[in-house]
Amino acid sequence: MIPGVGIGHFLVLSAALFSVGLYGVIARRSAVGVLMGLELMFNAANLNLVAFNAYLHSGAMAGQMFTLFTITIAAAEATVGLALVVSIFRARRSVRLEHVDLLKG
Amino acid sequence: MTFSTATWIVPLLPLGGFLFNFLFGRGSRRLVPRVALLAVGSALALSLVLAAQVLGDPAPKVDGIPWLSVTNQVFGHFTISVGTLLDPLSAMMLVVVTLVSFLVHLYSLGYMSEDPGLARFFMYLGLFTFSMLGLVVSPNLFQMYIFWELVGLCSYLLIGFYTTKPEANQACKKAFVVNRVGDLGMFLGILFLSYYLGTSDFSAIAAHLGSWPLFGPAWLPLGAVALLLFCGAVGKSAQFPLHVWLPDAMEGPTPVSALIHAATMVAAGVFMVARVYAVFDASLMGSVNAPLVVACVGGFTSLFAATIACTQFDIKRVLAYSTLSQLGYMVMALGAGGLGVTAGAFHLFTHAFFKALLFLGAGSVIHAVHSNDVRAMGGLRRKMPLTGITFLVASLAISGIWPFAGFFSKDMILAALKDAHMTGLYVLAAAVAFLTAFYMFRLYFLTFEGKEPEHGHPHESPWTMTLPLVVLAVLSLGAGFAGLDFGGRSFGSYIRFDRSPTLASDWTRAQGLALAHPKAVGDYRLATALWAAPALPPTAATGLPAPAPATIPPAQESRAFVLDYSVAVPATLLGLAGIFLAFGVYRLKWIDPGRVARALGPVYTTVYNKYYVDEFYRWMMDHVYYVVSGAIAWFDRHVVDGVMNGLALLMQVAGGALRRLQTGRAQAYALAMLGGILILLGALKVFVP
Amino acid sequence: MNAFPILSAIWLAPFVTGLLIMAFVPDTRIQAIKWLSLGASGLSLLLTVWLLAQFDYGRAGQLQFAERFSLVPSLGVEYHLGADGISLLMVVLNSLILFTGVLASWGLKHRGKEFFVLLLLLGGGVFGVFTSFNLYVFFALYEVAVLPMYLLIGIWGTGPKEYSAMKLTLMLMGGSAFLLLGILALYYGSTPHTLDIFELNKAAMAGQFSPGFQKLWFPVLFLGFGVLAALWPLHTWSPDGHASAPTAVSMLHAGVLMKLGAYGCLRVAIFLLPAGAHFWAPLIAVLALVNIVYGSIGAAAQTDLKYVTAYSSVSHMGLVLLGLATLDTLGMNGAVLQMFAHGIMTGTFFALIGMTYGRTHTRLMPKLGGLAQVMPFIAAAYVIAGMAGLGLPGLSSFPAELLVFLGAYFTQDLFFKVVAVIALTSIVFTALYVLRVLQKTFYGPITEPHYKELGDATLVERIPVVILITVMVLVGVYPFPVLRLIDGGLIAVAQTLGSLPR
Repeated sequence: MIPGVGIGHFLVLSAALFSVGLYGVIARRSAVGVLMGLELMFNAANLNLVAFNAYLHSGAMAGQMFTLFTITIAAAEATVGLALVVSIFRARRSVRLEHVDLLKG
Repeated sequence: MTFSTATWIVPLLPLGGFLFNFLFGRGSRRLVPRVALLAVGSALALSLVLAAQVLGDPAPKVDGIPWLSVTNQVFGHFTISVGTLLDPLSAMMLVVVTLVSFLVHLYSLGYMSEDPGLARFFMYLGLFTFSMLGLVVSPNLFQMYIFWELVGLCSYLLIGFYTTKPEANQACKKAFVVNRVGDLGMFLGILFLSYYLGTSDFSAIAAHLGSWPLFGPAWLPLGAVALLLFCGAVGKSAQFPLHVWLPDAMEGPTPVSALIHAATMVAAGVFMVARVYAVFDASLMGSVNAPLVVACVGGFTSLFAATIACTQFDIKRVLAYSTLSQLGYMVMALGAGGLGVTAGAFHLFTHAFFKALLFLGAGSVIHAVHSNDVRAMGGLRRKMPLTGITFLVASLAISGIWPFAGFFSKDMILAALKDAHMTGLYVLAAAVAFLTAFYMFRLYFLTFEGKEPEHGHPHESPWTMTLPLVVLAVLSLGAGFAGLDFGGRSFGSYIRFDRSPTLASDWTRAQGLALAHPKAVGDYRLATALWAAPALPPTAATGLPAPAPATIPPAQESRAFVLDYSVAVPATLLGLAGIFLAFGVYRLKWIDPGRVARALGPVYTTVYNKYYVDEFYRWMMDHVYYVVSGAIAWFDRHVVDGVMNGLALLMQVAGGALRRLQTGRAQAYALAMLGGILILLGALKVFVP
Repeated sequence: MNAFPILSAIWLAPFVTGLLIMAFVPDTRIQAIKWLSLGASGLSLLLTVWLLAQFDYGRAGQLQFAERFSLVPSLGVEYHLGADGISLLMVVLNSLILFTGVLASWGLKHRGKEFFVLLLLLGGGVFGVFTSFNLYVFFALYEVAVLPMYLLIGIWGTGPKEYSAMKLTLMLMGGSAFLLLGILALYYGSTPHTLDIFELNKAAMAGQFSPGFQKLWFPVLFLGFGVLAALWPLHTWSPDGHASAPTAVSMLHAGVLMKLGAYGCLRVAIFLLPAGAHFWAPLIAVLALVNIVYGSIGAAAQTDLKYVTAYSSVSHMGLVLLGLATLDTLGMNGAVLQMFAHGIMTGTFFALIGMTYGRTHTRLMPKLGGLAQVMPFIAAAYVIAGMAGLGLPGLSSFPAELLVFLGAYFTQDLFFKVVAVIALTSIVFTALYVLRVLQKTFYGPITEPHYKELGDATLVERIPVVILITVMVLVGVYPFPVLRLIDGGLIAVAQTLGSLPR
């Protein structure tokens, strides 16, 4: 609890973080950039979880626990994602996403 | 053994024979005919015993078990029974059917002896005999319809007995379909009658008829129902315009023609009308005069067929048209009512013997010369004396010469027409009597007298074939005397139609109720309640005019055969004139019939071609029915199915259009998700306060 | 519940045998597979006979042999089997057709294992539908019964089989989509929510379903089932499907599956939405009339034996639907009896056509002719089945058709009387096309010289035909006991509809 800082501040920060991440996911051409955007979005969610836990259910630990889980999962996800990016690069000599449209209908 | 039990057994005997042959006969040429003969022989013996019993005690005896029963609000339980009805009419039919069937079985032993399908033939005969007996003893219209169809099946199977012969296949199909048209009408008649009367039992119909104006709807006069029932008779008894199947039915083996298409099955129509004659008679009070229509149809058919018979050269076809004409005679008699019913049944009785004899004689001739064409025959009496003499007896009988059987029954028909003041039909019937004598003796002289053809060695048939001829000849000579009065008892005292004495007053009362309660008309429940209630004066309560008392022509009386010289003398003279003319033309060759035919030109051609009725139906089938059928098939394949396939195509096209959304680029999907979430959020903002 | 769960045994016998064959029997052991299939379907048949013996005919209206336990209590999903007179009759029909169908496939060569497995699954599913009184299980098994059809026609069929299989499956699935909607509506319309048919019926009797609700959902349910019952104009899967399907599949499909549709119409649509039924009955009667007349006239223009039979099925199913539409005990008795009679008859037809096709390798009538000389047994059986088709007394279709016509005429409604009279004309048209087939195929001179070397039916082929024809004759000669079953079963329906007092 920091005096003068309410839950609103955290939420605004989290929203900004999320939007930046979302922009990255949608707009970046490089797959690596998209993965980075994803990480930002994860962290925005984590921040929310922690903030809500602290302000609304200060006695409970569920938010913190979830955050820890998410961080772990995000790490695993980043690993898999990067591995995919590497293998895409090997196959196509490019990590630009507009070149990866095999699922086109 | 009681009456009822014995009546059950009569039809079951040939059925048992059929089943035994079907299951264990294994197509044996020795076993199957013997079992069949034994079965029908015992049925004959039992029928004779029953007939003798009925002579002593003519009251009807009914027995039955439920065959089909359904819970129903209107009827409580709607039940159709199968059972037996034994009264003089059915006893007479039992004897005729079993007797002719037995003789035909015997005859077929000789006639069919070389046919590879002998066992099948006897099985069909057994099945037919069972069905016909079942029809004869029917206590209600539904059972009659059941067996009506079954005899139709047997007729189909036996006409098409020579399965490899295309004409036979065509003929049997035609017979069945044409009969179905008649049966359609009959079924409708049964439907209406059993619904509005609440019963289809022959024993109850007459008693319920008085309530018709109340139970029957206004649009359906009783006469219309009677005529619908009559449609069945028109089909089965081959009356105009459904007569076309019977001549073609001659494609079947000749014993079949004798049994089914001359003596028994085709008479079923006459039998049925006689059974439900009360319906026809009561229709005289309504707006449609059914008996008059019946008489006219019968009269027309008898003249129409008699003219065709004069021109044909196929021995069996001449006999077939003669059958048509004689059936028309019976139907005409029925239309006269009263004595006419007796006369029709009496003619049915005598005709069964002499027409079966004619066909069996023709079969004997065909068996000997291997041809149906009378122009290839001649002088056969010397080679086949027994066949020739019995054929002559039958020809005299059908021509109505005293003392042969036809004289009595034909005379009774003429008397009935005279009593009913149907002068036009009386004259017509007399003309037909002349034509009948002419064409029968034309046939006789061409076949049995005159020059023999050079080739071929005709010979008399074996005893199994000639014995039935002799028996039938004796009956053709003697059966007519059954019409005479034996101490107050005669054919007419047993088989007669008596109008219900209360019919007219019932009819008036029902009309009054129907006027007072229009809603009750056709509403079975309400109408039953009203009808059962004690008589109330409806007109006083409603202010409606009272119905005029039903007027009804007086019923004729059934009576014994009485020789009326004013009828018998002209009829006999006409018959003799016909014989004399045939003798002159075909024996003494005064006139060359070919020249007459040429002189008549198109008239002769039209008659020779049976007035082109068959051609008309053929054209209707080919150019109307099959065109409609093809159109429906096309419509189904292309329009109905096309709509379904069109729907499938629409789905494909829609899919093709929508697949462009799948760009395969993950970022586009993410953008779409974003858009979706924004829209959802916006919706939330707008719709959730 | 202590008694032996005979109804479960009946449907599980083929179903489980099918699964076991799939899992454990290698496809090289084709003889073993055939005998196992025959054994499983024979076991169902025997159990059905036992069921018939144990059944209390005096209480044909009540559910007997009930088995009931809950699967998902919160959603009201129960395993609720039972048999009233109608169900029992349908079970008899299915066990007959399944048993004879297995026999009729005895000569199958191509991928036998998969074929028999699918056939058994299908047959088992149908048993389940006929005895199941919870809509969840009902619907699930209904789908089990419909889906194997796709593979059975697509793989083992003839002619444009992929097209036919796809069309049939898609149209039936379309029907199922309607059904699912309708079932959900019933579930949510009842309080407390239930999927049990009898409890839903009680809800309907208690007035929980408003007239507007019933008018809306009745056509949804009726059309959903009506597709399978070949209701015009949703019948077009039937000619193609039947023509392409292999013999046993045609038998099962026309013999039993179409009845599943009609059974659903009766048991679900009419029984649960009586006011809707009253409202829509005239329209259904008109469509059924089109079925009857259109099918019987259209059949006369066909040249393929299977197409003739398919159109005759359209016409005969029209009679079933007309009988149901009368909403009167007479007509509905006729309808249920006609389901049975038509199943037996059409099963016989397809078995015989399969035999003929197996010998001549054509089903086109112009190429056939005179076959009665070389295959008298097949010809005679075809004549008998044909006679049943045209409603000849003494065979099972006659009392059924008679009751439908009586039922339609005996309603108080003038409209139905007119429909009955028009529908009656079909007896002439039916006679025409049936006799035409007999004439062109079996009578007359032999058209192709090599037909002379063909043989008659073998013993294995004769058994199914003899069984079916025997049933046809027995029911036709004395329909009284069968009608006791149906009549008892229909009393509850009639009471729901108000055509019998409660």
